[in-house]
Amino acid sequence: MPILKVEDLTHVYSQGTPFEKVAIDHISTEIHAGEVLGIIGHTGSGKSTFIQHLNGLLKPTSGKVLFDGADIHATREATRDVRFQVGLVFQYPEYQLFEETVFKDIAFGPRNMGLSESEIGERVREAAYFADVPEALLESSPLELSGGQKRRVAIAGVIAMLPKVLILDEPTAGLDPAGRESILQRILDYRRETEGTVLLISHSMDDIARVATRLLVFDRGRIAMDGTPAQVFERAEQLKDMGLTVPAATEIALALRRRGIDIPESIYTINYLRKLLVSLGEGDAPC
Amino acid sequence: MLKDITLGQYFPGSTLIHRLDPRTKLVGLVCYIVALFLAKSYYSYAFMVLVLACLSALARIRPKTLFSGLKPLLFILLFTGVINLFYGSGEPLVQFWFFKITANGIRTAVFMVLRIMLLVCGTFLLTYTTSPLQLTDGLEKLFAPLKVIRFPVHELAMMMSIALRFIPTLIEETDKIMSAQKARGASFDTGKLTQRAKALIPLLVPLFVSAFRRADELATAMECRCYHAGEGRTRMKELHFSGRDAAALALCALMIAAVCALRHYGL
Repeated sequence: MPILKVEDLTHVYSQGTPFEKVAIDHISTEIHAGEVLGIIGHTGSGKSTFIQHLNGLLKPTSGKVLFDGADIHATREATRDVRFQVGLVFQYPEYQLFEETVFKDIAFGPRNMGLSESEIGERVREAAYFADVPEALLESSPLELSGGQKRRVAIAGVIAMLPKVLILDEPTAGLDPAGRESILQRILDYRRETEGTVLLISHSMDDIARVATRLLVFDRGRIAMDGTPAQVFERAEQLKDMGLTVPAATEIALALRRRGIDIPESIYTINYLRKLLVSLGEGDAPC
Repeated sequence: MLKDITLGQYFPGSTLIHRLDPRTKLVGLVCYIVALFLAKSYYSYAFMVLVLACLSALARIRPKTLFSGLKPLLFILLFTGVINLFYGSGEPLVQFWFFKITANGIRTAVFMVLRIMLLVCGTFLLTYTTSPLQLTDGLEKLFAPLKVIRFPVHELAMMMSIALRFIPTLIEETDKIMSAQKARGASFDTGKLTQRAKALIPLLVPLFVSAFRRADELATAMECRCYHAGEGRTRMKELHFSGRDAAALALCALMIAAVCALRHYGL
């Protein structure tokens, strides 16, 4: 059984006003446990609206979202409970920090779950470890931290609820390369160690290519493509028509193919491309 | 929940009402309010309702949209109605304990509630059809004569337009922070009053931090573009007072005259 199932989901913003806008339009999909699902799409294609349905923050205009087979809007309690099961990290989550200390801020979620103090402490330390927040920072004020540190604290605040599904909306936006790298690495480690399900929205195709096991491409409120990164990035032309790009490695591979060098179409990570090129170099005489 | 707050919201359009000079609309609103306070009878109130209905039809604003702005005022409306109901003078219709309801009281209650409703709806009609920028431009121009007595008209207008400009931004921000905290299990609409007040902390702290950050960034951006409020500032969009504005103002005068006439003949 899929952990999350979306049935014919539609969401219309500001229905009945001149600002009416169909954000997502009859979407159906299934998300399975253990997947790392990358979600890509142009700005305004409905990605953010979509993920806010998965933990019940937005109510569908029509259609259903099922978590573990049960409608998440069945009762108020069910909706509240699903918030802890499906952890959602918003874009620029550092702007939501509010407590006096980092510890208290990470503890906000677990405290709302009604856990005991000792459990809360355990969760905070565990989340801080996963999000790479040094123990020494736990007692300082979130406002004193650097941008990257704040971001990691905010992510820890969601991880501390130990959700079965972790959703991150552009977790690396606005960070420097080292910051991006560390956050991506932490997400990968987190998934490996907890065997959780991760959903990741990103505009960086390289980030997505590195971590995703499956990709959803959103275009004007619909799912335009659904498949493995190899399957999706093979359709580079179509992606470009939607205003999207392909990973740098795919771009290079395509350019090489155009020049008559025989390499496969479905290349999307730099590592794989490098291995391929090195083996090519060893096989043939350099030109 | 927060999206219901329609204060200062503008619905773009190109109807006659939208195209009127903001100064005309401001003066028109003042006229409407004056007329409202002159109205004394059922006939004159019916006339004022009719005026508003015509205007909103002209501006293509649906009555539902107009009334939705009244929702936050429901309590004040009820309160006013009930208080006035019991404060009438004359022969009581119903009497219990020391409360009495008189025909006069009912009349005042109805009028008061109607007056507030029309007042608010009229104001909403202005903000629905006039962009905040136009509005402050209009205000600045209308109050320009006060510059003679060194009243900082431009500065105040600028502050107002910035404040208005940031209402939607802050509402959006509030919505975002609310969603983020809800995603961590916060609930803003359940529990006792004290709990609810406490639940606002995770919302208010980030909101204030971001409001100050935005203000700071805006100040820097304005300074970078050498903003100063002194003499010699020109505008990209000049306001033009046209024939239809004159006609609209004439109609406003007519409206006041009509209400005065109704009052004079005791209708």
